[in-house]
Amino acid sequence: MENKSYTLIVHSENFAGLLNQVTAVFTRFQINIDSLNVSASSIPGLHKYTITACTDEESIEKIARLIEKKVDVISAHYFTDDQIFSYEVALFKLSMSEAHIEPKVLRIISQYGANIVEVNNVFVVIVKTGTSEEITALHEELQKYHVVLQFVRSGRVAVTTSYYEKVNEFLEKRESDYRLTHKS
Amino acid sequence: MKSKDKIQYEKDAKPLRITGAEALIRSLEYQGVKTIFGYPGGAIMPVYDALYGNKTLNHILVRHEQAAAHAAEGFARASGEVGVCLVTSGPGATNTVTGIADAMIDSTPIVVIAGQVAASTLGMDAFQEVDLVGITQPITKWSYQIRSATDVAWAVARAFYIAGSGRPGPVVLDFAKNAQLDMTDYLPTKVDFVRGYVPEPEMDDDAISEAAQLINNSKHPFVLAGHGIELGNAVEEFKTFIHKADLPTGATLLGLSVLPSDDPLNMGMLGMHGKLVTNVKTNECDVLIAVGMRFDDRVTGKLSAYAPQAKIVHFDIDPAEINKSIHVDVAVVGDCRKTLAAVTALLSQGDHSEWKKSFEPYIKKENDKVVHPELHPSKEFMTMGEVINAVSEATSHKAILVTDVGQNQMLAARYFKYSSPRSILTSGGAGTMGYGLPAAIGATFACPDRTVCLFVGDGGLQMNLQEFGTIMEQRAPVKIILLNNNFLGNVRQWQAMFFNHHYSFTPMMNPEYPAIASAYGIASRRVMKREELAEAIDEMLCTDGPFLLEACVEQEGNVLPMTPPGSPIDQMILEIK
Repeated sequence: MENKSYTLIVHSENFAGLLNQVTAVFTRFQINIDSLNVSASSIPGLHKYTITACTDEESIEKIARLIEKKVDVISAHYFTDDQIFSYEVALFKLSMSEAHIEPKVLRIISQYGANIVEVNNVFVVIVKTGTSEEITALHEELQKYHVVLQFVRSGRVAVTTSYYEKVNEFLEKRESDYRLTHKS
Repeated sequence: MKSKDKIQYEKDAKPLRITGAEALIRSLEYQGVKTIFGYPGGAIMPVYDALYGNKTLNHILVRHEQAAAHAAEGFARASGEVGVCLVTSGPGATNTVTGIADAMIDSTPIVVIAGQVAASTLGMDAFQEVDLVGITQPITKWSYQIRSATDVAWAVARAFYIAGSGRPGPVVLDFAKNAQLDMTDYLPTKVDFVRGYVPEPEMDDDAISEAAQLINNSKHPFVLAGHGIELGNAVEEFKTFIHKADLPTGATLLGLSVLPSDDPLNMGMLGMHGKLVTNVKTNECDVLIAVGMRFDDRVTGKLSAYAPQAKIVHFDIDPAEINKSIHVDVAVVGDCRKTLAAVTALLSQGDHSEWKKSFEPYIKKENDKVVHPELHPSKEFMTMGEVINAVSEATSHKAILVTDVGQNQMLAARYFKYSSPRSILTSGGAGTMGYGLPAAIGATFACPDRTVCLFVGDGGLQMNLQEFGTIMEQRAPVKIILLNNNFLGNVRQWQAMFFNHHYSFTPMMNPEYPAIASAYGIASRRVMKREELAEAIDEMLCTDGPFLLEACVEQEGNVLPMTPPGSPIDQMILEIK
């Protein structure tokens, strides 16, 4: 089976220790997590994990099922890159002296649509939002001019191309099923 | 944490101002618990104090916490209820880990309640502090630390709901000492909904009709019966299912007592040491129907050569089991009690007499080459098989079989016979040596009216030998049949077959077992010759209370037939020349 990049979107209760349970499933399969982002979701009380990993479909499916099986995980679904809109954020701290010397640096920053958020005599901080590839490309370009003092990038965040998130339907169904069984 | 669960409080109940420890005891009583297996220690003392003088809960003092977990497993498996064990923090808690892992892989509902240091000292390497939740998360359905007395009633209710519902399994409650001592307003509490937890996936009508169609059109169907049928209380539905369509059936190790041994459709055990016929027919059938089983590697052998010719239908309650190791054509996910009934309703009456006739030569071949020599040996020493067979007959096949792990286990599984469900307790997935003795103790409390026969080797008996103390104190009527060959027999067999007879650390020097039994006040008898066997078994069964029957069996007996590891499952070795 072909390895490719998958994005796993997990919703869970926001209880301590759940992150450990989620990543432990990857460990068990000896699959490396490329990026991981955890934040509050649009549903109050639920956390959303956006995890990317390069693997085959059979493995990511097994991983998704085992994660979903955890009692306090609400749902786990995997997506290929064409099924999501995804972005990352990167911060670059560039040396002011080097950047001044090389006007091309400013041109690159503007070409890549990065924003300058801080300038002083010593350094300039730029922020770049974009796909993983764009951020990598910008980093590589800037590296050529030896201006990068610090570099950090976030994990991927993603929303699906579908209208709703599946987790909404799931939670609604759980509630209505419960009401049905307790009426009878 | 509890805000999203559906919590029911007892109607008209008034809050009781009690300690967290007392709330635990009340919560256990409210869950209907009658028996607890436990061992006290520092961090659980408030709970033991609340237990002092309690008349509802029968606390069985074990001699090692591992045994508490296995006894709770044995109790749960024999009774169908949730087993409970109570231990202290640190080593008391870590000693239960083997039992918890065992319960996880064999889907056994137990709740392990462990003491923990006070919340204020957590993370400070306090005396007997261990990160039990961290240790047990991967081997439990749910592992939770109770840090506040107000959480006790809810946590216990949630623990029992999770352990016992859906695919059962172990739950750990790590009970901080401050939460045991603090006061709370206790209300009897039940939990029956956790929004992220779907114990029973919804039945898919399309899958039901596809499964029925495949079975109706099948010329050569074969069924695999697993433990899930007993766990789902679906034994009657299963019998109706196979008898309506006339479906010959093999059973996994844990599913052996789903069908009575004399059911004409019961073809016996599957897998590495199973019946030749069940493994051959797995690879000859046109439709393979697996119910409540998980295609363990000991059942499948080489995966790529497992039933490649067959369409496979898989009934399971756990969606994560579907396509885990074997790709299936139809997955019938849901509670098998409902799904089996739904499929059965769509089945036509079947008659597979011709197909079943084709089973006979393989049964005869195995009988001639394996079963007959094992049960009627011409050699001087007794075989394990003949001892097991004699005990099964003497109990009219009505006893609960408990095994340890190894040759004793495989041969007991092969030669013991069953007449009712929940009659085999054995460590299947984990293969935990030392499981047998404490699990048998648990079974005597679950089913006081049934005879409990434990078959154990000289290796496994010594792994939890201290439980003779529990048996002595409780007069737990375990009939212990020690199959002593002075070897770690199963490993020795593999060394003989695959490691050039290098008997690396498998011969064992043994103590005088009857002397040990005598020290614990347990009646015993050693049998060296087959002429004495029947009388010794009579003595064992006629003795009130526990009994140790030491059967000195041939030293280098082998479990046959055998599919070598990594081989196609139907490639069984019937004899070793």
